[in-house]
Amino acid sequence: MNSRTEERHVVPDSLYVWVWVALLSLTGITVSAKYTDLQHLAIFAALLIATAKAGLVVLYFMHVRFEKPIFAVMILVLLATYGIYIGLTFVDYANR
Amino acid sequence: MADAGAARTSAAGAGGAEGGAHAGGYDPMAAKMGMWLFLFTEVLLFGALFIVYGVYLHGFTWQFRQGSARLSIPVGAVNTAILLTSSLTMALAIAALRRARQVRALRLLFATVGCAGAFLAIKAFEWAGKFTHGVYPGAGFLLEQTKGEIIFFGLYFTMTGLHALHVLVGIPLILWGASRARTGAVNPERCVFLENAGLYWHLVDLVWIYLFPLFYLIS
Repeated sequence: MNSRTEERHVVPDSLYVWVWVALLSLTGITVSAKYTDLQHLAIFAALLIATAKAGLVVLYFMHVRFEKPIFAVMILVLLATYGIYIGLTFVDYANR
Repeated sequence: MADAGAARTSAAGAGGAEGGAHAGGYDPMAAKMGMWLFLFTEVLLFGALFIVYGVYLHGFTWQFRQGSARLSIPVGAVNTAILLTSSLTMALAIAALRRARQVRALRLLFATVGCAGAFLAIKAFEWAGKFTHGVYPGAGFLLEQTKGEIIFFGLYFTMTGLHALHVLVGIPLILWGASRARTGAVNPERCVFLENAGLYWHLVDLVWIYLFPLFYLIS
């Protein structure tokens, strides 16, 4: 715990700035991809990029990478729960 | 549950070692865990709406694209950049406070609030523009459009509105954190209040990260 706490203290500001640069770049990529002809892939690709951005925010801005692993476990349980909701909904709609 | 209990107990033990004596049952690990659990309910709240969106996108793909074409991509992109920047200043503010750089932390918190205000102002102009063009729930013009477009804009106003409400709540929350940082109630040894405000703010950013492509970029 203590070593992890120390680790938190030394996260340099530059890391946050780089994450921010990456987030803005990914936003730029999604917007410019919009103007290409990949219509069918567009929504899927946009969601993929959004998920990459969400990962950066959760791991770095929300500090999960530097927290105890229990937080990552809790988040995975949340994602699995939400995945079940999505899965059941689509199974339901696909069989109507 | 047993895991969570064990983590809390060990954290409470380590909490004392972390920054000297923590009187009054100050337990940052438990506080943070509680905040995350609250954020999970927020994820499921927005998550349910995203599922509704997904189902109707499946049913009205073409009409959703027509609806999306009515939204301005530059406006949405600028608001995305503003929110991402506010997340950066929030993270930097907490880092500054942890290094006992109070003035820098306060400046960064005010920058965060400034970004939040800018986001809401742009959103307000955007909505006002839609209203004058007869695009709002129940408007005569909108009701003449296709069913898919009516649903698209119903979801647009519901989801971006609920998100804007969260931005609106974030502003006094961050200001409260700033005021506690100024008085020293939030300090390098006891900053979980500000960290939790930060977690909330990043979640607001997270929701927008998905709202932006799903509403603005599918035309």
